[in-house]
Amino acid sequence: MQIKVVMAKLGLDIHWRGALVVSRMLRDEGMEVVYLGNQFPEQIVDAAIQEGADVIGLSTLGGNHLTLGPKVVEIMKAKGMDSLVIMGGVIPEDDFPLLKEAGIAEIFGPETRIEEMANFIRARVKTEIA
Amino acid sequence: MVSLSDELIEKFDQKDEVVLGKLLKEVENQTELGFELLKHKAFQKGKAHIVGITGPPGSGKSTLVGKICKSLAQKGLKIGVVCIDPTSPFTKGALLGDRVRMQELAKYPNIFIKSLATRGNLGGLAGSTADVVQVLDAFDKDIILLETVGVGQAEFDVLDISDTVVLVNVPGLGDSLQTLKAGIMEIADLYVINQSDRPGADESVKDLRMMVNESKKEDWKPPILKTIATQQEGVEELIDQIHRHKSFLRNSGQWAKIRQNRHMKRLRGVTNSYITEIVENTMRNDPLIQKRIEEVKRGEIDPFTVSNEIIRHLFQKQLTL
Repeated sequence: MQIKVVMAKLGLDIHWRGALVVSRMLRDEGMEVVYLGNQFPEQIVDAAIQEGADVIGLSTLGGNHLTLGPKVVEIMKAKGMDSLVIMGGVIPEDDFPLLKEAGIAEIFGPETRIEEMANFIRARVKTEIA
Repeated sequence: MVSLSDELIEKFDQKDEVVLGKLLKEVENQTELGFELLKHKAFQKGKAHIVGITGPPGSGKSTLVGKICKSLAQKGLKIGVVCIDPTSPFTKGALLGDRVRMQELAKYPNIFIKSLATRGNLGGLAGSTADVVQVLDAFDKDIILLETVGVGQAEFDVLDISDTVVLVNVPGLGDSLQTLKAGIMEIADLYVINQSDRPGADESVKDLRMMVNESKKEDWKPPILKTIATQQEGVEELIDQIHRHKSFLRNSGQWAKIRQNRHMKRLRGVTNSYITEIVENTMRNDPLIQKRIEEVKRGEIDPFTVSNEIIRHLFQKQLTL
């Protein structure tokens, strides 16, 4: 079954190139990627609900990861949705533990290989469906 | 596997969008649960006005759909949107980008957007489109906007599912001969020249008018509209014409007829895919047939003879599933 990813730029952060490149790469890994452009957590979760997203990908290089990232997980859980939430962009490693504690499954920095991200997604989505 | 519990149905009937999203995913993936839902909701539909929006890639379909939705949402209508983008023939992946053009819709309630990848389907839609539309209809949407992939000259699936077909074109895609060709140019109930601030818009309108005036459609002459979707120009006129076409369908009795045809086509489609599945299964698993297939591969026997044998073999087995 095809894995469906909803990919968004978090909040007002305008650095969209990375999110599009990753979307394209996940497409080439055989996934269906719905690209949202810029949205805030509430709207990202609504889109994930409507699209039946297995994965929510959040891209941010603007320093809002600690505020808006956990918010996505929080709203998602409150609405009864259980997608895998991952983040990418420029995020200091010191903040990783806080994000993971908040329910972000994984954070992928600038030099991540796409196979690594795709394999992570495949493994996690598979186990969660089973 | 999850089954179609009373609880799910109840939540669906209470317009729980999380449940709708989950069930639509099942329908999209054509799972057993999805089929259960379709059976259960088969008679709870037929109210929504289904508007198909088709046209070449980049003509502004998504932007136009976004603007139409915004206006309808402000009028308090409940709206479903289904947008289709192509699947890669190489990786089976897809990049579904229609939502980017509809970003401002996120703040309106009562708009439910579902993106589908074609997954190998060729007629401009995804295989599950009709079913997804049916579920949105059963969810009490007033209007469902169905946006096809960017099309060329011969993608007509949108006709089978829509009440009103809108063809979105842009100026400068060829001379008047192009408008006279059979195919996509014939199927529309409404023609839109979008991006009409670009040169050649009036010529495009003129060519279309000539084509429409000479067509044999007597009872409904398709209107031709100019829009600039990015600036919301011409969108209200387009909505008026969409409503006018709905009234025409209602008053002329075609509304019911379209639905009858749709049900029949659906029956045919479902039956065909069942048969295809049975045939595929037999070709894969039956040792006798396998042997004959090998002979066809090596060119020792013609495909017509063996095809006949497969069909006869299936009827002897009485097509047991």
